[in-house]
Amino acid sequence: MAKNTIIPFGPQHPVLPEPIQLRLVLDEERVVSAIPVVGYVHRGLEKLAEQKDFLQDTYLIERICGICSFIHSLTYSMGIESMMGLTPPPRAQYLRVIWSELHRMHSHLLATGLLADSFGFENLFMQLWRTREHIMDAMEATTGARVLLGTCCIGGVRKDVSEELLKSVLQTLVTVEKELDEHMPVLLNDYSVKQRLCGVGILDKQVAYERGAVGPTARASGIAMDLRTQGYAAYGELDVEPMVETDGDCYARTKVRVRELYQSLNIIRQAIGKIPSGSINVPFKTKPDGEVISRAEQPRGEVLYYLKGNGTDMLERLRVRTPTFANIPPVLAMLAGCELADVGVIVISIDPCISCTER
Amino acid sequence: MFTIIGNVFKNLRSKYATRLYPYEVRTPFAGARGKLEIDPDICIYCGICAKRCPANAIAVTRKPDKTWTLDPYRCIVCSYCVEVCPKKCLHMNPKHRSQE
Repeated sequence: MAKNTIIPFGPQHPVLPEPIQLRLVLDEERVVSAIPVVGYVHRGLEKLAEQKDFLQDTYLIERICGICSFIHSLTYSMGIESMMGLTPPPRAQYLRVIWSELHRMHSHLLATGLLADSFGFENLFMQLWRTREHIMDAMEATTGARVLLGTCCIGGVRKDVSEELLKSVLQTLVTVEKELDEHMPVLLNDYSVKQRLCGVGILDKQVAYERGAVGPTARASGIAMDLRTQGYAAYGELDVEPMVETDGDCYARTKVRVRELYQSLNIIRQAIGKIPSGSINVPFKTKPDGEVISRAEQPRGEVLYYLKGNGTDMLERLRVRTPTFANIPPVLAMLAGCELADVGVIVISIDPCISCTER
Repeated sequence: MFTIIGNVFKNLRSKYATRLYPYEVRTPFAGARGKLEIDPDICIYCGICAKRCPANAIAVTRKPDKTWTLDPYRCIVCSYCVEVCPKKCLHMNPKHRSQE
């Protein structure tokens, strides 16, 4: 029997947008197992959050991730609100949904673009990122910032959006949908793309369940799990269904993201159609006291916040479990038995966010 | 196999998607959080902005001189200070900081 070789994949690798090292145990060109090494971008944000007051934390928490930033601050705010017994006004809940879904769209376009880049399809990568720019512009026009929106606050949102701006968002969605209709058949039907994605990195439903996969990774393996169906923010009043595929390979994960892009278009249109008028936040004077677990569906999967308050300005403990953290054990199962050349595609197919994971 | 060919020809005919930055700068969106500015005539140097700033980017002194200093490299442009200012002397300029 040949002797196994261990080669490092990352932390700096052309395919990886962020630093994670996978020590690949190889038998010839085939991966036997992978050992993950994390800790390259740990910033100690959980500890820092305990030293700031709970209002300042809203802006700090947003900086855990540069892609799903709004949903981080939303989950944190929902946790603090449930501790203090606050209910944000309906208009704020709808605005939260609109910004969350814009975030999901730009994140999925980024992820599918990076996937295209990982198997060398640079043209498609640039087309998808060009489409993403329309969404970034819509976010900047409605909130004042491209990524770190800074609009979610305890008790609602900080900024209202005028009817004209909501109409301009709808216009943007028309452009985005037209471009998606052009690019998505390439991503899903192209012969060479299918050759790289179909049957690669298969995650069985049972393994996905046992290893705690979340988000599109779990849904692509046939697990109908989407926290939006639980109805947080205004999702309860909108038509949301989990997008489920059963193949469990890289192609299925991509397909789930593509279907979710169209679903997000639909959800934003529903939300803009139903958004009520009224106030956008509720005043409060209390301090957070008690313990709470707050969850929300990020583009990459379920994020979980554990918050513990003690009736003062400072939180006693803040703990974040991000979706990529939950998706690392499943990706190790996908890597076992794959070809070395497929490692990059498989890792990118879960849309890893290492800065999130290490906080 | 040739699914993207049509898109390639379309791109050859269409305009550039990018600009020649910094020679050509996009007009900022109204209400964009570009950079923080202060009107020193209205400021009472109460220091609330410095106390609330999540990034400790603002420093305010009252003695011996009244000063208000912003560290632009620490500022995270969240505009929380603008919200809490009792005299509304702080505002966000939609234009971003340029290369200086």
